Amino acid sequence: MNTTLAATLTSTGEAVQFWILGTVAVVGALCTILMKKAVHSALCLAGTMIVLAVFYLANGAYFLGVVQIIVYTGAIMMLFLFVVMLVGVTAADSLKETLKGQRWLAAGCGLGFGILLIAGIGNASLSTFNGLGAANAAHGGNVEGLARLLFTRYVFAFEITGALLITATVGAMVLTHRERTERARTQRELAEQRVREGKQLPPLPAPGVYARHNAVDIAGLLPDGTPSELTVSKTLRERDQVRDVSSEALNDLKALEQRSEERLGRDEEAVK
Amino acid sequence: MNPVNYLYLAALLFTIGAAGVLIRRNAIVVFMSVELMLNACNLSLVTFSRMHGNLDGQIVAFFTMVVAAAEVVVGLAIIVSLFRSRHSASVDDASLMKL
Repeated sequence: MNTTLAATLTSTGEAVQFWILGTVAVVGALCTILMKKAVHSALCLAGTMIVLAVFYLANGAYFLGVVQIIVYTGAIMMLFLFVVMLVGVTAADSLKETLKGQRWLAAGCGLGFGILLIAGIGNASLSTFNGLGAANAAHGGNVEGLARLLFTRYVFAFEITGALLITATVGAMVLTHRERTERARTQRELAEQRVREGKQLPPLPAPGVYARHNAVDIAGLLPDGTPSELTVSKTLRERDQVRDVSSEALNDLKALEQRSEERLGRDEEAVK
Repeated sequence: MNPVNYLYLAALLFTIGAAGVLIRRNAIVVFMSVELMLNACNLSLVTFSRMHGNLDGQIVAFFTMVVAAAEVVVGLAIIVSLFRSRHSASVDDASLMKL
């Protein structure tokens, strides 16, 4: 190892960057585990990952920095968001403890583990470092150097990675695939069933009828101004995502009447 | 500043991720905490690569990313199929072996 290149300090700019972005990363990580809703957690984690990408770039790992942004914040976090949307955005964590005192015990374990790790690093003699300048320049760049290692010394690991990715893809398809256990009912059978039950013969009413707008999460209003549960889909009803705008419509009407009265009053005054 | 500070940051992030795995009940958030731990490991690998002046650390970090991608795909598929059968993403509800 070339010890003449060893240094003990990085540039001041990097130090400033580290302290500012490091704070952002830690705050993002804390928000990830403390936010009640999964969407907020995912967004905080995406922020932390972008900060880590900047740190990779600062450490001379240019390829990994770009891959971090593309693969982690681009692909993996979007996959997370997709699943959060599938599972239900508003599905907040239950705050009921199933094991008594588990939360505090876990926090204590985490604290102890952190102290142990940091004390371990503090005890190691890591005062000098060799920088990546020479290693990156040896083969014409960071990407070229990585490619050289990847296709020579680590070529078997690389091949096995391909097998792993294929297996994961097939596994995900198998896990989410659902075999239909019964024959799908035809339109005629569905119609006959509706007539036999006699509950709702025509199609269900559309959402937003007589309401302010016709978005799917807004219940249609009955003639007396109350929202009708029938008009919104069952999924939204179960998730409590139905927006009730019945009072808004009435308020709007009231405001309109008041305004028209004002206008009429003014007009009468003008005539006089 | 010495690059060893990156190691301290990585240790801190790893600890936060581990605490998240233990504390949270929502399977998706538990998964995100695992991702955070993997990212912290990657940061320490990249830092070690810089300290030793060779690229092997970055290769290992690259493989970690690939494995993390595969893990996320399979794990999220499991969460989706669990949600289909139980209508909840809580890790407490998946306490039986049978679906």
